[in-house]
Amino acid sequence: MSQRWQPTATLEILKERARILQSIRAFFALRNVLEVETPVISKAAVTEPQVESFSTQFHQKEFYLHTSPEFYMKRLLAAGSGDIFQIAKVFRDDENGRNHNPEFSMLEWYRLGFNHHQLMDEMELLLSGLMIEEKVNFQRLSYQQAFINQLEIDPFNADVLQLKKVAERYNIETPQGMDDDRDMWLDWLMVEKISADFPKNSFTFLYDYPASQASLARLDKDDSRKANRFELFYGELELANGYYELTDADEQVKRFENDNIIRQQRGQKLMPVDECLLAALKSGLPECSGVAMGIDRLLMLIMGVDHINEVISFGDEF
Amino acid sequence: MASYSTNEFRGGLKLILDNDPCSIIENELVKPGKGQAFNRVKLRNLKTGRVLEKTFKSGESVEAADVIDVDMEFSYNDGEFWYFMDPNTFEQVAAPDSAMVDSGKWIKAQELCTVTLWDGAPLIVTAPNFVELAVTETDPGLKGDTAQGGTKPATLESGAVVKVPLFIEEGELLKVDTRSGEYVSRVKS
Repeated sequence: MSQRWQPTATLEILKERARILQSIRAFFALRNVLEVETPVISKAAVTEPQVESFSTQFHQKEFYLHTSPEFYMKRLLAAGSGDIFQIAKVFRDDENGRNHNPEFSMLEWYRLGFNHHQLMDEMELLLSGLMIEEKVNFQRLSYQQAFINQLEIDPFNADVLQLKKVAERYNIETPQGMDDDRDMWLDWLMVEKISADFPKNSFTFLYDYPASQASLARLDKDDSRKANRFELFYGELELANGYYELTDADEQVKRFENDNIIRQQRGQKLMPVDECLLAALKSGLPECSGVAMGIDRLLMLIMGVDHINEVISFGDEF
Repeated sequence: MASYSTNEFRGGLKLILDNDPCSIIENELVKPGKGQAFNRVKLRNLKTGRVLEKTFKSGESVEAADVIDVDMEFSYNDGEFWYFMDPNTFEQVAAPDSAMVDSGKWIKAQELCTVTLWDGAPLIVTAPNFVELAVTETDPGLKGDTAQGGTKPATLESGAVVKVPLFIEEGELLKVDTRSGEYVSRVKS
């Protein structure tokens, strides 16, 4: 059998990728948002239990490939960079499939003085400019409202038992291996019933996630059950994740530690906490919002293809 | 006991689900942003042939099914079992009717078949894609009618009945596609 060596993306799609990258850079240049580059390899890594970093070695010491440029970009912000953006290749172990490739392209940007809704406004502007269609539809829906609309349950008050009952009532199959973790059930209902029912061919911002899924977002100042985190979907395809950023170093330490406790309970590897990020937060991160968007998936929806390999020049490595 | 983790899932992998051996047709990773990942899997139950869908929390382990395909020669059928022999090891297995599905009507002695073994026992027997069988019974052939359409039934030595062109005579050797059950050509002797 002859060796397949050709790219997995067509030239037409590669040209569209180049067009998108140029448009993104032009969009930010117009707004005086500075393009930056930060290290791909670092000593510290993301602690989140659901995100696995690739590791490598240098002089017998372990290093990690970044899963997003977030920590370094926040250190730039704390050092007074002002508004910044970055287009970077990021790496996630164990993620491969129709919508996942272990390495992918990410656009991440931070805006000083923006709350998460102002950042969503800017995303609408950017995306409207990138889409080929004249009319692009956006809707915003709170996480709580989405669950009330689709499943008649309040995700902030429901306990595991109630979530299981809802799954049963709506004939949602229980995956093998589910335990009584509340967030796991919220995630499952989210996948099966919430995002699955988002309108096709239009964008949905889902905002104000449960505090237990805050990640690096601040908690809402009026309701501590929710965090000012949002995600963007196109149909049910997840495109971006953003935060009204947490600036409190003490709270950040607790979240890192909590992540590692969960990792330990699940028998996952403990990750080295980024002490430099914590020091930067202590020195002072300006009030800001930030978001990371998957460029490959954006290209998938613009070109109307349904496998990520079709938008990556060589997508069949894994 | 051998098992596979969801991150090893791919097309063709054989698993045990609800005590039955299954083969993965399709595996899709679903992951809500920062949340728990799940694997949505489409499988074929190798015993019943039915396609089913199942979801796993990513990271779950599932028992592996010891399922292998072996090329074996058909020996004989005693009315209850179909006997096959591995031409390399001379090992024999007996397949029940349920494992034969459609294969039984296409094979004669010495035919090399694919026998799918589960824990060493025959699960499915697949006849070769093409077999050569003699016609044991058919209406008399029409001389000269080699171009026109039109077919008639013919019974083959293995017991199968296929539609053949009108010019085919009893005793002739035919090539048949076992997947579609269709006549392909005459075999020149």
